Amino acid sequence: MNETVIRVAGLAKRYGDFEAVRGIDLEVGRGEIFAFLGPNGAGKTTTVEILEGFRRPTAGEVSVLGVDPAHAGPAWRNRVGAVLQESHPEPGLTVRECLRLYAGYYAAPRDIDETIALVGLDEKADTLGDHLSGGQRRRLDVALALIGDPELIFLDEPTTGFDPSARRTAWTVIDGLRALGKTVFLTTHYMDEAEHLADRIAVIADGRIVAEGTPQTLGGRDRLAATITFTSPQGAGVAELPEPLRSLADPSSNGTIAIRTESPLMHVRDLADWASAAGFDLPDLDVRRPTLEDVYLALTEHGKES
Amino acid sequence: MFLLVRWLIRRRRAQKAAAPAAPPTAHGSVGLVLHQARYDLLGFLRNRQARFFTLILPLIFLVIFVGVFGNNTVGPAGVKASTYYVPGISALGLIAASFVNLVISITAQREDGILKRRRATPVPAWVLIAGRSLTAIAVSLAVMTVLLAVGRFAYGVHLPTSTIPGIAVSAIVGSLTFCVLGYAFSTACRNEDAAQPMVQAVMLPLYFISGVFIPNVNVPSWMRHVAEIFPVQHLAGALHHAYDPATHGIGIVWSDLGVLAAWAVVGLVVALARFSWTPGGRAA
Repeated sequence: MNETVIRVAGLAKRYGDFEAVRGIDLEVGRGEIFAFLGPNGAGKTTTVEILEGFRRPTAGEVSVLGVDPAHAGPAWRNRVGAVLQESHPEPGLTVRECLRLYAGYYAAPRDIDETIALVGLDEKADTLGDHLSGGQRRRLDVALALIGDPELIFLDEPTTGFDPSARRTAWTVIDGLRALGKTVFLTTHYMDEAEHLADRIAVIADGRIVAEGTPQTLGGRDRLAATITFTSPQGAGVAELPEPLRSLADPSSNGTIAIRTESPLMHVRDLADWASAAGFDLPDLDVRRPTLEDVYLALTEHGKES
Repeated sequence: MFLLVRWLIRRRRAQKAAAPAAPPTAHGSVGLVLHQARYDLLGFLRNRQARFFTLILPLIFLVIFVGVFGNNTVGPAGVKASTYYVPGISALGLIAASFVNLVISITAQREDGILKRRRATPVPAWVLIAGRSLTAIAVSLAVMTVLLAVGRFAYGVHLPTSTIPGIAVSAIVGSLTFCVLGYAFSTACRNEDAAQPMVQAVMLPLYFISGVFIPNVNVPSWMRHVAEIFPVQHLAGALHHAYDPATHGIGIVWSDLGVLAAWAVVGLVVALARFSWTPGGRAA
């Protein structure tokens, strides 16, 4: 059994009358990349800030690296790195100087140039932090969180506001953390990010965990219905389709027909048999599994209703 | 001899083993404060606005006030205007370095998430505060030295000798007091843009009634009584006394330093109650 790095039981946080977090349980094992997903205001950042020791919970038990973060001292902070949701570079310092400053805070810091290279800022090492682009600043943040060589790293929405290529670069950096054997607690509202990076995902909505699993199984994604779509051939409507396709078919006004099915292979075969017998081609035939985003939207919508 | 060396080595090993497995930092505490101060100072020196308001503006004030009042004598003691304005403007420079600059930079760093990110590291809070205050003291002493040097070479101001201890002690006590007050005052500033006008709104009137811009004898007595309550008057008073050619002894005015220390305590109480490392006044 993997060593547990983060253990949360019955965690709740109330601000006045507002319950931001309503009793959640979490476990993250050593070496795992754990993604914590949820819409804005769902309780993500509150939870992360409790795990980082910036906030105190109203109720529940929290243990991070075997210590309650609310009472953790410098020895604990030596083992934890944090990329906060919003933080500017140190004013007036270059990338290398920022890292030198932070390296001085830790007992056994990583090599500075190696860390700069790890986040791909080699060419910007002597540039003032204030002159970096948004994506480069975020990578500097990651470098600052890594400089102490922590075992556990919190990344709070590390790629928000990035263009697609900057996001890909950041993913490479985070993938690199896996190779270093770090445990990563990542919050994000990008599904593709969680799917690409995470070993395990938990979805929080309205202060509660609504689903937990791997990117493949989250919310029963592996068992959910697939959707077959095609444009109905000239002269053939839903009425021409054989059973059981006819009763499953859902025509839309633009001429496409969607068939939702839990046995996509069988129904594609039925469809193919019918089309070839009638001499139709189905050039835009598409079979789609529900994306993580579909699952997520279903889960978080459900959370709002309750 | 051999036994003694072996005993010493053993003792050292035992001490090492007894030390906590993970020492807080690679530096010692003092080394860490100097490390922090070095980078805070570097950040200060690279900030054009901070350089202007802290290093250049006091020089401009000195030139203007000495220019306006000439090399005539001011006050009942009949001190030359230039000799009067060097300590007065030194008080202003010290406050610019210790209070104004600190309030603006700490407010900006808090709202930009920089203080919070530092607090996510093992560095102790007191090291950050001590490092920043040390930077303020160093800059204050530098401004005062420049003002005195310009006063000496441009206006032939009397160079204090026996009162150097008084100047140094007043400068350090004053700088520390205004640093603590700066940490306290920053809790009232919502953001960097608000900080600049707020500090000036508080300090400018005090400069006028506390003998910094206008000699005390020309200020109505009720205004002087108001000024007596605040620390600017006591910093300027202590420096005026220490720079006065007629002063004998080491030039320390204990009553002024006492009032400054009392203000430092007030600032400390406010800062401890209200200071936050996180943006938006959220609790840490």
